[in-house]
Amino acid sequence: MSSLIGQRIPKLDAPDKATGRATYGHDVRLPGLLHGKILYSAHPHARIVRVDTSRAERLPGVKCVLTAADNAPTRFGYGKDQTPFKSMARSLRDEIAGVVAVDADTAYEALALIQVEYEPLPAIFSIEEALTPDAPLVHSEHGSNLFQTYHYSHGELLRGEAESDVILEASYRLPYVTHACMETSVVVAQFEHGGRLTLWSTTQIPFLLQRDLSEALGIPGSQIRIIQTSIGGAFGRGLDIYPYEPIAALMAIKAGKPVRLAFTRREEFNAGPARQPAEVSLRAGVRRDGRLTFRDVAAVLDIGAYVSWGSVTPLVMMETTASLYKIPHVRFKADCVYTNNLVTGAMRGYGNPQSTFFVETMMDQLAEAVGMDPVEFRLLNANEPNTTTPQGLVITSCGMKECLQAVAAAADRAAKRQGDEAIPEPVTHYQTPIFNAQSSNSNTLKRGIGFATTLNVGGGARIYRSDGCGASVKVDDFGHVTLVTGSTEIGQGSETVLAQIVAEALGVCPEDISVINTDTDVKPWDVGVHASRTTFIAGNAAHLAALDARAQIFETAAEMLGVSPDQLIARNGRIELATPHSPPATIPSLPLSKVVRQRHFREGGTVVIGEGWYDPPTKLVDKATYKGNISAAYGFGAQMAEVEVDTETGQVRVLRLACANDVGRAINPMAVEGQIEGGAQMGLGYALTEELIVENGRVLNPDFHHYRLFTAADMPEIETIIVETDDPGGPFGAKGVGEMGGTPTAAAVANAIYDAIGIRMTELPMTPERVLAAILKKEQVHDRPTL
Amino acid sequence: MKKAITLTVNGDIHELYVETHHSLLDVIRNELGLVGTHRGCDTGNCGACTLHLDGLAMNACLLLAVDYDGSEILTIEGITQNGALHPLQQALVEKGGIQCGFCTPGVVMNTLALLADNPHPSKTEIRARLSGNLCRCTGYVKIVEAIMSVSH
Repeated sequence: MSSLIGQRIPKLDAPDKATGRATYGHDVRLPGLLHGKILYSAHPHARIVRVDTSRAERLPGVKCVLTAADNAPTRFGYGKDQTPFKSMARSLRDEIAGVVAVDADTAYEALALIQVEYEPLPAIFSIEEALTPDAPLVHSEHGSNLFQTYHYSHGELLRGEAESDVILEASYRLPYVTHACMETSVVVAQFEHGGRLTLWSTTQIPFLLQRDLSEALGIPGSQIRIIQTSIGGAFGRGLDIYPYEPIAALMAIKAGKPVRLAFTRREEFNAGPARQPAEVSLRAGVRRDGRLTFRDVAAVLDIGAYVSWGSVTPLVMMETTASLYKIPHVRFKADCVYTNNLVTGAMRGYGNPQSTFFVETMMDQLAEAVGMDPVEFRLLNANEPNTTTPQGLVITSCGMKECLQAVAAAADRAAKRQGDEAIPEPVTHYQTPIFNAQSSNSNTLKRGIGFATTLNVGGGARIYRSDGCGASVKVDDFGHVTLVTGSTEIGQGSETVLAQIVAEALGVCPEDISVINTDTDVKPWDVGVHASRTTFIAGNAAHLAALDARAQIFETAAEMLGVSPDQLIARNGRIELATPHSPPATIPSLPLSKVVRQRHFREGGTVVIGEGWYDPPTKLVDKATYKGNISAAYGFGAQMAEVEVDTETGQVRVLRLACANDVGRAINPMAVEGQIEGGAQMGLGYALTEELIVENGRVLNPDFHHYRLFTAADMPEIETIIVETDDPGGPFGAKGVGEMGGTPTAAAVANAIYDAIGIRMTELPMTPERVLAAILKKEQVHDRPTL
Repeated sequence: MKKAITLTVNGDIHELYVETHHSLLDVIRNELGLVGTHRGCDTGNCGACTLHLDGLAMNACLLLAVDYDGSEILTIEGITQNGALHPLQQALVEKGGIQCGFCTPGVVMNTLALLADNPHPSKTEIRARLSGNLCRCTGYVKIVEAIMSVSH
């Protein structure tokens, strides 16, 4: 049997998903299941004077109605600024009341019967308004709308400026975008006899959610069990507790029956978390020889009405600003500001797509300013292996240059292409066309290519005091192996990758392995699935557990064969003597099952259960300086975008996207490619089409018709290149890749647009309207005398 | 208000008494318990609820159940014969076309209808047809590859 590491093993749960047998949260059916619905505030900022629920309560089929009076007296969430139901509305998402009924229709009908008397208050919808001295306060107890400020620096900015031959500056505007998971948020809560609460959940952080819910509900965490269903997309959505989760629990407690609370798509857009919009100014310098001198960033983020883990995304923006490329002098400041806008949260990349956009478009400008090729310029300043950045990131394996060279080669291939035969023909006959406004006049079609790189944590991210994950591996008397892992499967394929790691260590096939990863009553503790950490952290934990189980097996097999344990190897479901030169038939060996039976059936026998716990050798960043090695490994990547800009319509069509990523080692190349390709789809949306349009705190486009995801017809040809650098700390050399696929995309596309039409786009998404406006503005400036 | 209808679903005849405002998706999921047909948007944009109605791929969320009395419906649960995956399902599994899997049943149903009309679609035709099936995980690359592998 050849090594399982590097094999394209199909996802273990894929057959169930292909046949519709997988159970998602919306599919959970329990006897007596009731349906909950939430009444949201009609005003973005208002005191709730009175809630009259009497008419709703009298409606046949209604089991109970809940309001802020049903809350526990505690607050929850990252900023401890939330309660399940609100007595003061701070956004249109605020939950005022809830109904539990026999079916969803009745619950909706009851919502309309609840009478709420509001006392509207002045609301603020922009960062500028929020920061004016006499602005109304979103949280009066906080004393200011400025929730938090981050200050970081290394080197001496003044020296960096003095050393610069060129200094450039620019401002950027970054939009609201959202996860748009195909499955809307859903939770099923059941309160059992004895007072134990079970939640069927789509969370990414089951163990932290236990703690968060315990705070929100005022019941011990030991009384809360989280069962994770098949999860229909996550991308950071499940990284926080949200009010609907404790609300579902309160509903189940009050109704005395299990309750499902499921979002509609409109509700998902309105009440789900969004990525923080930001306004950013950037100054950067370079020497004539192409060496970077300094980078100075000031960002302001609109975090909305409540704080989530997403408001620590400046930590990641800071990392990109301070450590993407070798740069001696850096200053970074970020303000997180409360407004009465949408509630924001964590989203894939966690600050990195934003910061990579401004850092990498500026890199292009700097290269041009000193007359250097954009790839040569990046190679000159690239991060290198076995270095420590001034921020304290200890970079061990680093394939940044290889990634750049790989996408540069893809660009060369694009340039040498004969005719257009390799360019996909535009798809125009479909439902909701994005790219059907192509001009028929080919003189208006301009092509260009652009590059961008990315740096992302790839060996965990110590955001909490522990960055650990637990695992156990049981081997039974049929030779079947059960991996119980603390990690969470959100579609990325972690269960398959972990099975490959365990199978490799035990010499069995992946089909001989079951992975149990969905129940906090069963699985050992884990921080959660975020920060591209699962392959590295959960992978190391699973590997340690498998090695522990193997040592137990070897001990018994050695006794049975009369040899020493260190002479044994596990292969093809058997334990055999390591004698590489003997003919197979003559090698003493035992089936795994027989060895396990021997342990079970002897006097004083025992089971084979291996344990593993892995917490990487990293540190929390220093609270004052934000310096320190947050991750045990760093992933790198580069992308090349080839675009066609229609100067008559402003339409940008991406023809080709080459994506190279240093993943240490691809344990499952198919899964790695899947992460990169899916990330690219999200990155392309961030670049060109996705934006929640928010006016006076209200989302104006809460549906897929107006919030435009890239469809199959819109996608460019994607070339995925895996670069392997064999990370010293990763399981079999692997490091994380989950977030990198979409991080550099917007910058690569913006740089390609510049290459095509000579215009620097600084606002996302780069819609036809914005591109056309920029083209017209440039024409006015350059070609037409002012009237 | 309720009305009696008869639906043949995956070969089984069901006599149902349904709310006149309920969609075919509501009935399939809630009355018949066939939860492999997913609800992603309820506005006909995402395609997760795609099923076959009298042989045509349709978004079940957009159809009022009472309008389809006497219809024949095929859902994802009716594709697998004797436990064996359909070659298209097998290809999606083996080529990595499935991640979170929420869009997968809709992709399978829409593609099977495409292949019934056009057994050897071009890549462009596949991409055009799949534009009604949103996927947030895969970038569609491996879904298209999987379909190409069974149709060429």
